[in-house]
Amino acid sequence: MIEINNLTKIFHTPHQDIMALEEVDLSVNRGEIFGIIGLSGAGKSTLIRCINMLEKPTRGTIVVDGQDINSLNQRELRLARQKIGMIFQQFNLLSSRTVFDNVMFPLEIAQTPLPQARQRVEELLELVGITDKARVYPDQLSGGQKQRVGIARALANDPKLLLSDEATSALDPETTRSILKLLKDINQQLDLTILLITHDMNVIKQVCDRVAVINESRIVEVGDVISIFSNPSTPTSQSFINAIVHKDAPEEYISTLIGKHQDRYSCLVRVSFIGASAGQPVISAMIKQHDVDANILYGNIDRVKDVPFGHLTLELIGDQAAVDLSMGFLRSRGLEVEVIS
Amino acid sequence: MITTGIAAAVNALMGISMGTDLAWVWEMVLQATWETLYMVVISTGLSYVFGLPLGVILVTTEEGHILESKGFNRLLGSFVNAVRSIPFIIFLILVIPLTRLVVGTPIGTVASMVPLTLAAIPFVARMVETSLKEIDWGLIEAALSMGANAWQVITKVLLPEARASIVLGVAITTINLVGYSAMAGIVGGGGLGTLAYYYGYQRYEDLVMWVTVIVLIAFVQCVQMAGDKWAAKITNQRR
Repeated sequence: MIEINNLTKIFHTPHQDIMALEEVDLSVNRGEIFGIIGLSGAGKSTLIRCINMLEKPTRGTIVVDGQDINSLNQRELRLARQKIGMIFQQFNLLSSRTVFDNVMFPLEIAQTPLPQARQRVEELLELVGITDKARVYPDQLSGGQKQRVGIARALANDPKLLLSDEATSALDPETTRSILKLLKDINQQLDLTILLITHDMNVIKQVCDRVAVINESRIVEVGDVISIFSNPSTPTSQSFINAIVHKDAPEEYISTLIGKHQDRYSCLVRVSFIGASAGQPVISAMIKQHDVDANILYGNIDRVKDVPFGHLTLELIGDQAAVDLSMGFLRSRGLEVEVIS
Repeated sequence: MITTGIAAAVNALMGISMGTDLAWVWEMVLQATWETLYMVVISTGLSYVFGLPLGVILVTTEEGHILESKGFNRLLGSFVNAVRSIPFIIFLILVIPLTRLVVGTPIGTVASMVPLTLAAIPFVARMVETSLKEIDWGLIEAALSMGANAWQVITKVLLPEARASIVLGVAITTINLVGYSAMAGIVGGGGLGTLAYYYGYQRYEDLVMWVTVIVLIAFVQCVQMAGDKWAAKITNQRR
């Protein structure tokens, strides 16, 4: 759906040139929800704005749905933009128009015949669940309701691609969840490709299929959300993930345990599990099959999109051979085992 | 009974001190007020016909805006500033040849509307410019992201969003033109200015002077109040 090659964007200011994006390559598949995460100033906002040419690239190509966006003339670009919806952190609704007329706005731009446009607006308000607010002005709406209007507006001209520029960053966690759920629903119902940028790993975790991590104008890591969560390979990814996933018991607590069982062999391990294995009684099977004791020190389970994902910190106590065998057993069941001490 | 008594007393007093018939003063003032109203309202209207598009062009041709054209913008801006820096009393005299050409005479109410309108156009352009600049850039960007062209951004985003602020600008322009029209009155433009000048200044008839002042104060108050009310109505409708 989107093919970005060698995209570079330099902002020229009187005092210096600022490199906002440096040789970015990215490819987003049709129908997926793709997230771009980065700290503020990393370049993610520039990147998403290049896709509909709100920002003109300095170098590089961007192909959206088979069309090289940068080579279009003004008129062609306007037509292409009608097929790329966009939602914003600050909603950007027109305060001079009612909810109904705000959703009507892109249809006016596309010069859709009025009866058809009216019917389309009704459908869209229904889709985002805000039909009862049709005659109300945006100033009377809550943040979540405003973003629903923003989404309805972005979908008006039947886009194949939706760009989300920090759409949930101004919302509270509860509202964020409901807006993300709406995005997930329309992604499935309308077969819509969604590209979203955020600084919040929770957003990525809840809706994205794939994610790109951007740091200092460069993409440093791209992959399935689940594999980046379970195995982040760059410090930037690690710090984003550590901000929301607690893998271990507090360190002070763990240090008090080391060397406690001096009469028996013991080993502190971290077990990570993803997907189906999270639902199975693997630990109790291990205890039954191998002569070990397992002391559960810390556990945590979470969901990444729809896949369960968790960590367990265990102290395995027994013969050294039995402990080694039980670790092998865990690995054979598809768990990742890491020895802490 | 008492009011008639007072009226009679005032009448008598005025009659003694100024040798003026009060009914005659009222008639003069009413006529002059009508002329001023007529001049100011039409000049305001005409100045918006030209000033509003000019203001839109000043904003949209700025660097980074939807119709960016830096050189043109600078040229237009300098021209607007140049016209605005000419004191109105001098401007009045400067445009006499043009007025004569358009109206046929430089004297009278209709003739006054030429310098009033011309002087107000750059003022209106700057007022409109200020109103349009208050609009959050995000709104313009949202419209662009939907594929809007420049005309659609102007007519569907810029002007409707700035409506309340533009209305307040109309009130300020009108009030400004009331003041200008009095100046025009001194060089034979008609209206309250002429009245105050000929009777108040040249003939020392204080009553005419004071009545003129009171009418002007009332007029300005009404215009400002109407502007505030209208703007508030636009804003409140959205809340």
